[in-house]
Amino acid sequence: MMRALLAIVLVLLLGGAARAERLIVSVSNHRVTVTPNYSGEELVLFGSVERDATTPADRTAYDLVVTVMGPRADMVTRRKERTFGIWINTDYRQFLQVPSYLALFANRPFDAITSPEIARRQQIGLNNVLLTQRVGGDYADVVPNDAFRSAFIRLRTQGGLYREDASAVTFLTPTLFRTGIPLPAEVPIGTYEIEIKLFANGAFIGKTETAFEIVKVGFEQFVATTARQNGLIYGLATAAMALMTGWMASIVFRKD
Amino acid sequence: MQLYLPIADLPVNVFLVLAMGAAVGFVSGMFGIGGGFLMTPLLIFIGITPAVAVASVASHIAASSFSGALSYWRRRAIDPALASVLLCGGVTGTALGVWTFTQLRALGQLDLMIALSYVVLLSTVGSLMFSEGLRALMRTRRGALPPRRTHNWIHGLPLKMRFKRSKIYLSVIPVVVVGIMIGFIGAIMGIGGGFILVPIMIYLLRVPTSTVIGTSMVLTLVTMLFATLLHAVTNHLVDAVLALILMVGGVTGAQFGARAGQKIRGEQLRLLLGLLILSVGVRFAIELVIQPSDLFTIRELGVNG
Repeated sequence: MMRALLAIVLVLLLGGAARAERLIVSVSNHRVTVTPNYSGEELVLFGSVERDATTPADRTAYDLVVTVMGPRADMVTRRKERTFGIWINTDYRQFLQVPSYLALFANRPFDAITSPEIARRQQIGLNNVLLTQRVGGDYADVVPNDAFRSAFIRLRTQGGLYREDASAVTFLTPTLFRTGIPLPAEVPIGTYEIEIKLFANGAFIGKTETAFEIVKVGFEQFVATTARQNGLIYGLATAAMALMTGWMASIVFRKD
Repeated sequence: MQLYLPIADLPVNVFLVLAMGAAVGFVSGMFGIGGGFLMTPLLIFIGITPAVAVASVASHIAASSFSGALSYWRRRAIDPALASVLLCGGVTGTALGVWTFTQLRALGQLDLMIALSYVVLLSTVGSLMFSEGLRALMRTRRGALPPRRTHNWIHGLPLKMRFKRSKIYLSVIPVVVVGIMIGFIGAIMGIGGGFILVPIMIYLLRVPTSTVIGTSMVLTLVTMLFATLLHAVTNHLVDAVLALILMVGGVTGAQFGARAGQKIRGEQLRLLLGLLILSVGVRFAIELVIQPSDLFTIRELGVNG
């Protein structure tokens, strides 16, 4: 009995010590709607680091890494090679269930925040994020400088879908922070997860999660779902629309 | 004004697309062609994936050929019998084409195939048309008569049929074969095929010029409607919003193009069209031969092309 009670107290104490700081965060908009005139948007994530009695007094300088991950999907990266004088797709790698949108933000360079080993374990920085590839029959991530992996990240970055910015998080006060989450025009639809990881003196001391979703609404939603679910009706409607337009044009521009 | 396309999943400038539709419509009205071979590359150029471009252009061509076909019908410039025989082949060809399109997409070679077919087809047809136009122009300069029309081996084939309005007596075999061919390449390349069909009908099948354009428009109309339907059912790639903007621009531009076309002589028109087709073909060829700026491409597996 005594031993069990002691164990509970110990767990509470240790747990309390590990949770000395609490992260409280919120996104400016939990539901982004893609409307006909949508052409990109920027969300704002803000939050604060709540200290409590167990927080060591000398721990005042915090570092934050914010990871935003869009809906996951399988993707193929293909490489062109010159064959018979023309450039055609030859080799390819399949990336399994990788985020369609990925953003990593921090308040200072990733290598200044923590050690390479912790950065790898906590997936800090685009080079450390797990991107599973199918290599033959195996599933594994490869070294960061793999040609297909780096090409994949480069292309996604060019499209504004992958990004890392080590100065995006700003501390307004030593505990109050904010960061912008830019969403490109060609944004994947779905649920986005945000992970906020807190570091102090190079050590990982806690994290919290939140999420937002991007949805098509109204007409866009209607067209996209109809096209997918009722292909035949959608096709017939498009064909009818073509005939109507053609017929109207021949009426409007009739010369006789 | 930006507008978000629901299937292509990207925002485009409405006025840009409208202007593209009008420009292509102008050319198509001027030469009496559908203009798909110009529209599809233009859409690819502004960032729409080749697959969505091909599928959406089909409905755009259907609209412009319907307004064309209606006015030819009023002028009794369509041969219904010839059109229905062509259609037997055309519908079969389209179904084959859409099926091949799906297979190639799964293999990841669709973009290459689209580019290759453009190079081969456009440079061949373009240079043939250009040289023919040049010869005709020189003949009229010299004041010589055009060469007498002679019958060729095609007119020796069996299963002959009388096409009353065109006043020809012809085997159905070459007609069906031509229909299949046009339907097939139309579905894969996102073109109506009028610019190939019309010369074939004139030079090979000896269809008189009075019915040739109207009849070819009927084939274009039906194969493109069918292609729209099949692309929508099998690949879910038809962007109706994009198609509508293109149609409105296209049919308007076509009216002005047709008026401009009447002011230019036939041989010059063919010369210009040949040059235009050839340049699109060469443009695709250059892209295949020079080293691309990026050797890697990404494709999401799933719904988006």
